[in-house]
Amino acid sequence: MLSIKNLQARVEEKEILKGINLEVKAGEVHAIMGPNGSGKSTLASILAGRETYEVTGGSITFEGKDLLELSPEDRAREGVFLAFQYPVEIPGVSTINFLKTAVNAIREYRGEEAMDAVSFLKMMKEKTKVVEIDETLLKRSLNEGFSGGEKKRNEIFQMAMLEPKLAVLDETDSGLDIDALKIVANGVNKLRSKNNAVIVVTHYQRLLDYIVPDYVHVLYNGRIVKSGTKELALELEAKGYDWIKNENTAV
Amino acid sequence: MSDSNKILEELTQSDYKYGFVTNIENESAPKGLSEDTVRFISAKKNEPQWLLDWRLKAFRHWLTLETPTWANVTFPAIDYQDIIYYSAPKQKVTLNSLDEIDPELRATFEKLGISLDEQKRLSGVAVDAVIDSVSITTTFKVKLSELGIIFCSMSEAVHEHPELVKKYLGTVVPITDNYFTALNSAVFSDGSFCYIPKGVRCPMELSTYFRINAANTGQFERTLLIADEGSHVSYLEGCTAPMRDENQLHAAVVELISMERAEIKYSTVQNWYPGDKNGKGGIYNFVTKRGICAGDHAKISWTQVETGSAITWKYPSVILKGDYSIGEFYSVAVTNNMQQADTGTKMIHIGKNTRSRIVSKGISAGKSQNSYRGLVEVKPRAINSRNFSQCDSLLMGDQCGAHTFPYIEVGNPSSIVEHEATTSKIGEDQVFYCNQRGIDTEKAVALIVNGYCKEVLNQLPMEFAVEAQKLLAISLEGSVG
Ligand SMILES: Nc1ncnc2c1ncn2[C@@H]1O[C@H](COP(=O)(O)OP(=O)(O)O)[C@@H](O)[C@H]1O
Ligand SMILES: [Mg+2]
Repeated sequence: MLSIKNLQARVEEKEILKGINLEVKAGEVHAIMGPNGSGKSTLASILAGRETYEVTGGSITFEGKDLLELSPEDRAREGVFLAFQYPVEIPGVSTINFLKTAVNAIREYRGEEAMDAVSFLKMMKEKTKVVEIDETLLKRSLNEGFSGGEKKRNEIFQMAMLEPKLAVLDETDSGLDIDALKIVANGVNKLRSKNNAVIVVTHYQRLLDYIVPDYVHVLYNGRIVKSGTKELALELEAKGYDWIKNENTAV
Repeated sequence: MSDSNKILEELTQSDYKYGFVTNIENESAPKGLSEDTVRFISAKKNEPQWLLDWRLKAFRHWLTLETPTWANVTFPAIDYQDIIYYSAPKQKVTLNSLDEIDPELRATFEKLGISLDEQKRLSGVAVDAVIDSVSITTTFKVKLSELGIIFCSMSEAVHEHPELVKKYLGTVVPITDNYFTALNSAVFSDGSFCYIPKGVRCPMELSTYFRINAANTGQFERTLLIADEGSHVSYLEGCTAPMRDENQLHAAVVELISMERAEIKYSTVQNWYPGDKNGKGGIYNFVTKRGICAGDHAKISWTQVETGSAITWKYPSVILKGDYSIGEFYSVAVTNNMQQADTGTKMIHIGKNTRSRIVSKGISAGKSQNSYRGLVEVKPRAINSRNFSQCDSLLMGDQCGAHTFPYIEVGNPSSIVEHEATTSKIGEDQVFYCNQRGIDTEKAVALIVNGYCKEVLNQLPMEFAVEAQKLLAISLEGSVG
């Protein structure tokens, strides 16, 4: 589904990604871990098409298409979803209104008719149950005055509504208490299927107790320095990031 | 220039879709302004002597005045001798039925999305349409008159209801108020008149649609609206003009009188031709609007969505004379390309326990300049009065300007005046967030802007709100920061 080859990127003069390789197949869950500042959010942003980052080398193929050629909105319409580490506030626009616009933009791209209000509300009701989100929250201005946990839950709700092929969750666990974490993880698990894939970006292994990954990669200083199965996350937890740091400065 | 500014620039360039000209025969006054012009207009309208005298007084006063220069706008001196002050479609003005309207004219209104007959009848909006200098038709007259509501053109009111016109004309906005009110009082050609009798709730929206069509013509209409004790009315005003390379002057006066426990809600969607993207052409919109809450517990609420005009100079105001009276001003002013707007309000608290609320949302794009100018004045005897003002500016790109000029005078210690102001940019991260959900940049900007203006748009009657949302999107097409 997703194939990243030797991806290099920089912002302004600073080199951030120094040759990333990653293969993700349908049905898989990959976790990307690593210390702060290693480039995890940069990778997520580049997948979503953020222009701040300049891709200086390598390629990304998504479902046979050159992802880097597509505009951010077309990537979304093709099925790439990013749950933001820092969700943005849009005053005066409710989540409902926002999602209605999004759902219909995606449908239009796919040559489908706009969804009528009744079917939309019905779908919304179903999905609110999946992620246990309070409907009153969805009527308020998007993310405005939301607590950290509410913002993250709202991201997962949006994911549920947009039904992406590839979901990238950027530190969706940070700032969540254990109950909220379980709800978010549960939401993601319910949406897992053999047709879609998830990349979970996280700093801690805690989330991986609830979203069990098929593969774990450690990103450090712009490179994937280790890959393995879920045991790698536990090892990382036990030894701490210094283990990675020491190993890599030694080389 | 950064990429995002480039996108912004491309996005803000869109065409004005009301820029067509209708070919109808006109009857006009010769160009230029003198006492003869004033007499000509008055004679054309077969006016009584008192009104001619009133006009002449205004004209003579105007001659002593200079163009005001305090607003934050610049434009070349206007040659008042190069303007035509009266232009009327050549058809008999009194129509027995809508069927008698010139088909060209009717087509014009259809193009503007205003159907003068069946459709409007169903949606329950009574329309008065003013093209160039003359009111073309007023719909629903019979139905309204059953309730004692008078809704007609100003010319007609002068003949049919002279006692009301004479009693109230110029009482809220005196002819000497300012340069443009003196000019308007001398040469006004038509406009709408409305009277709601005691205790009557007007059962439908009343609406006036203004259209400048003829070239080199100024439009000077006058609106007078009186809500008698305990009555209620919601009034809408819309306007468009053809695209022309010359600037055209629109200097209107609107007077509202709200008696004890009466309520007037006055909404405007102003979409005069703004000029091209280099600043050529467009309407000079120099308008004086003022209402008085004459009795206790009276209320006046202004809502405006200003997207058009090359220059807007306009301060819909409320004089809160009655105790416990309420004044509101909700405004969205959008400027793009080379447009300039200097707009705001005045809330003059005279009565005790009076309340006012100001919500102003300015949006600037392109190389435009957008100023909020507002006065809140609480007189010494207006004890326990309150004002709350919220003035927000949204900038798109880095070549436009937003300015806020609040003036506050509080004359007693028991009153509270609060003013909040913010300036923000449409965030690249907001747009990207929308993009990431499949929403393209153009729609994203429309969504964000509509959200930003929501508090004001919510004040508009339903069908105007939808119209206004579309208009905002069109006015800003392509402006992303
Ligand atoms: N917009 C930016 N401008 C400058 N530096 C940036 C920007 N975004 C990220 N960086 C830098 O790139 C590095 C990687 O950041 P990021 O991808 O956010 O790391 P992570 O998500 O792994 O914590 C950091 O050193 C960070 O400071
Ligand atoms: Mg990060």
